[in-house]
Amino acid sequence: MLKPKIPGVLKGLGITAKTMVETMFPDGPLKPPGPAKGAVTVQYPHEKETPAPRARGVIALKEENCTSCMLCARECPDWCIYIEAHKTKAPPRRAGGKPRKVNSLDRFDIDFSLCMYCGICVEVCPFDALFWSPEYEFSEFRIADLLHDKARLAEWMETVPEFEAYEAGSQAKVKKVPR
Amino acid sequence: MSLFAVHLSYWQSTILRVAFALVAVLLPAGTLVYAYLFKAVSFMQSRLGPMEAGPYGSMQLMAEVGKFLQKEDIVPSRADRVLFKAAPFVVLMSTFLLVLTLPFSVDDTFVNLNTGIYFAMAVSSVSVIGILMAGWASANKYSLLGGIRAAGQLIAYELPMILAVVGVVIQAGTLNMNGIVYAQWHTKIFGWGGIGNPYILTQFVAFFIFLIAVQAELTQTPFDMPIAESELVAGYLTEYSGLRFLLFFIGEFATMGVFSAIASILFLGGWTIPWGPAFDSNVYNVLGPIVLLVKMMIVAFLVVWARFSFPRFREDQLQRLAWKFLIPLALINITATAILKVVF
Repeated sequence: MLKPKIPGVLKGLGITAKTMVETMFPDGPLKPPGPAKGAVTVQYPHEKETPAPRARGVIALKEENCTSCMLCARECPDWCIYIEAHKTKAPPRRAGGKPRKVNSLDRFDIDFSLCMYCGICVEVCPFDALFWSPEYEFSEFRIADLLHDKARLAEWMETVPEFEAYEAGSQAKVKKVPR
Repeated sequence: MSLFAVHLSYWQSTILRVAFALVAVLLPAGTLVYAYLFKAVSFMQSRLGPMEAGPYGSMQLMAEVGKFLQKEDIVPSRADRVLFKAAPFVVLMSTFLLVLTLPFSVDDTFVNLNTGIYFAMAVSSVSVIGILMAGWASANKYSLLGGIRAAGQLIAYELPMILAVVGVVIQAGTLNMNGIVYAQWHTKIFGWGGIGNPYILTQFVAFFIFLIAVQAELTQTPFDMPIAESELVAGYLTEYSGLRFLLFFIGEFATMGVFSAIASILFLGGWTIPWGPAFDSNVYNVLGPIVLLVKMMIVAFLVVWARFSFPRFREDQLQRLAWKFLIPLALINITATAILKVVF
């Protein structure tokens, strides 16, 4: 014979009823209903929540720091980073020195239709050229437009927030975001 | 048939009845979906629900219907085309036949059957055939499993539902649904006639069984094994799209409305205001449907409330609840009612 577990059943009904009343009447049951205030969600296109500072929205590129070392392109799990570069001569560091050989970026594209936001490229970059930005509104009508070139990636740089302080007692120094 | 003292010929009254039947099926279904499925449930989950289409999302249902009508009506190549296409109409037909039996007021009946509740219980089982047809004809293992589960569940819960109704019928002494309403109206409980005698007071066990059985008949969540989305995709609905899916959907929610109305007729006094003054029958012909709608919404809220509070029953638990708990309880209720009916 099945033993009906009445108290648990009623408790479940009570929780949903309580949540419903709290959502409909956030100011108390005698005040006018205000579900917009009681709900924990926001009406997205009209009001927006601020994403967390370390939110993974879009990847920004600081072009001056990139040496075209290709580490990011190689580590990318779905190979959505395309890098092309050529060697150029840069002026010497000291007067009378030899001109330096540097790599100049021709192309740095990230295909955000493939990107899975794992952040390995940001982790692996040895020269602080890639950063996470919390911007998340870059959807497009054409899938090809999700391929961000280096100019577009550089624009995201402005939206990169300063790194947050580590927790107390940490030995590591907080790096600065290059501007 | 005469309406407001105007005599109508057969074809005129037929057209009127068809129009009113459409209203009686679609209006409660639409109200239920918007007020409960969209809004009350959203509030239970601390969110707002649809807000964009129309003020407070009130036109969302129109948008949904428009979306379903645009979609392609896909029939799987291995499906039994005739059965597949006919299945949603069989389910919807059961709903329409159910609506026909409802008394909305003194004269507001489509047909005033002497065996109204018996007919209603009989035609409500027709939907099982439609669901089995859908499950079998889809040529899909999920559909077939869903259809068979639905058949097993719907047959299992038909019994406690009918047995719960038997208690009410014994107490009312009639199968006519308007007769059951009159039996609850202006009767006295131990000499006190303040609110009549809505049978929820004496038949609360039957009401409890009836509500659980309705929940299972509608395959609402604690009993949604037939369309369990985490194991069967969508059960017997898996292969349906567009208009035919919409028909199943309308059938589900219109049936929820009709069963809630039947529950309020059997247990809450139907279209009567229990403490209200004895109005003229013409007043009640207008007021009755509104009162019934209000009571229907109250009962339907219980269904939706339970639907969004509880997790799903396992198949064997579900069958055990029907056969080993609800049916014996209903039989005990019938026995007790019969004895008390003879004693008092």
